[in-house]
Amino acid sequence: MILREIKDILEAEVITGEEQMDMEVKTAFMADLMSDVLAFATAGSLLITGLANAQVLRTADVTDIAAIIIGRGKSLSPETVQLAGMLSIPILTTKFILFEIAGRLYSKGIRGCIEKVGNK
Amino acid sequence: MYEGCFLVAGGNFGDAGAVSSSIKKILKKMQLPGDLVRKAGLVSYESEINIVSYARRGMIRLHVEPDHILIEAIDEGPGIPDIELAMQPGYSTASPKIREMGFGAGMGLCNIKSFSDIFKISSEVGRGTYLKMIIKTIRDSLHNREKGSGMTWS
Repeated sequence: MILREIKDILEAEVITGEEQMDMEVKTAFMADLMSDVLAFATAGSLLITGLANAQVLRTADVTDIAAIIIGRGKSLSPETVQLAGMLSIPILTTKFILFEIAGRLYSKGIRGCIEKVGNK
Repeated sequence: MYEGCFLVAGGNFGDAGAVSSSIKKILKKMQLPGDLVRKAGLVSYESEINIVSYARRGMIRLHVEPDHILIEAIDEGPGIPDIELAMQPGYSTASPKIREMGFGAGMGLCNIKSFSDIFKISSEVGRGTYLKMIIKTIRDSLHNREKGSGMTWS
């Protein structure tokens, strides 16, 4: 699915990365805890989160996340938007809660980047 | 092949992660494999978050050798009284500020350990903490060299 379709499904606003809306994504990871994103998210996945700060962007950059979806109607500070532009990570914001975001995307074919965590 | 040192200011939450972004960019430019660059960025980032969160100041050193990437995180800070306890998943002394950023769930050191091929930690209460993380770029090349090389804080 391309980001533009995701934008429509989630009635989302594109904060940065309008020019990257044709990017294709197949998997997603969802968390508010950035350490878990670092531990489990795979490269090229969507990051769905309810946090809207610089650390979300840094975490996404470090883990090669394709795009960030910020739910629950959270808005970003101008500094965070500027950082997103610098790191060239597309960000979409939506008023849907995280459960709805996951359900809507799953029903259209997006899957978890992993199904379960492994035994460590 | 490459050697660099990056300063990290304690308490500067706005810039936390900037050093790791730079490190990642350098490694990418050196055309190292993507998964190794990602691992290096990840351990550097968790270390950077720790310095910003707990220490007065610190630095991250990057050495790239033909067979491995070495990242060292050295800080001047409160130190860790009980390393074994600090390494336990879920153990944390994080402030609300750190938790607001999406960290402080007691996963940082565990993540660093699990993404490093070799991980060493030493700490002195009241002085600081030293982390050494090695990511091998050629499998098993470091086995013999690392044997018995104990890490000491000085």
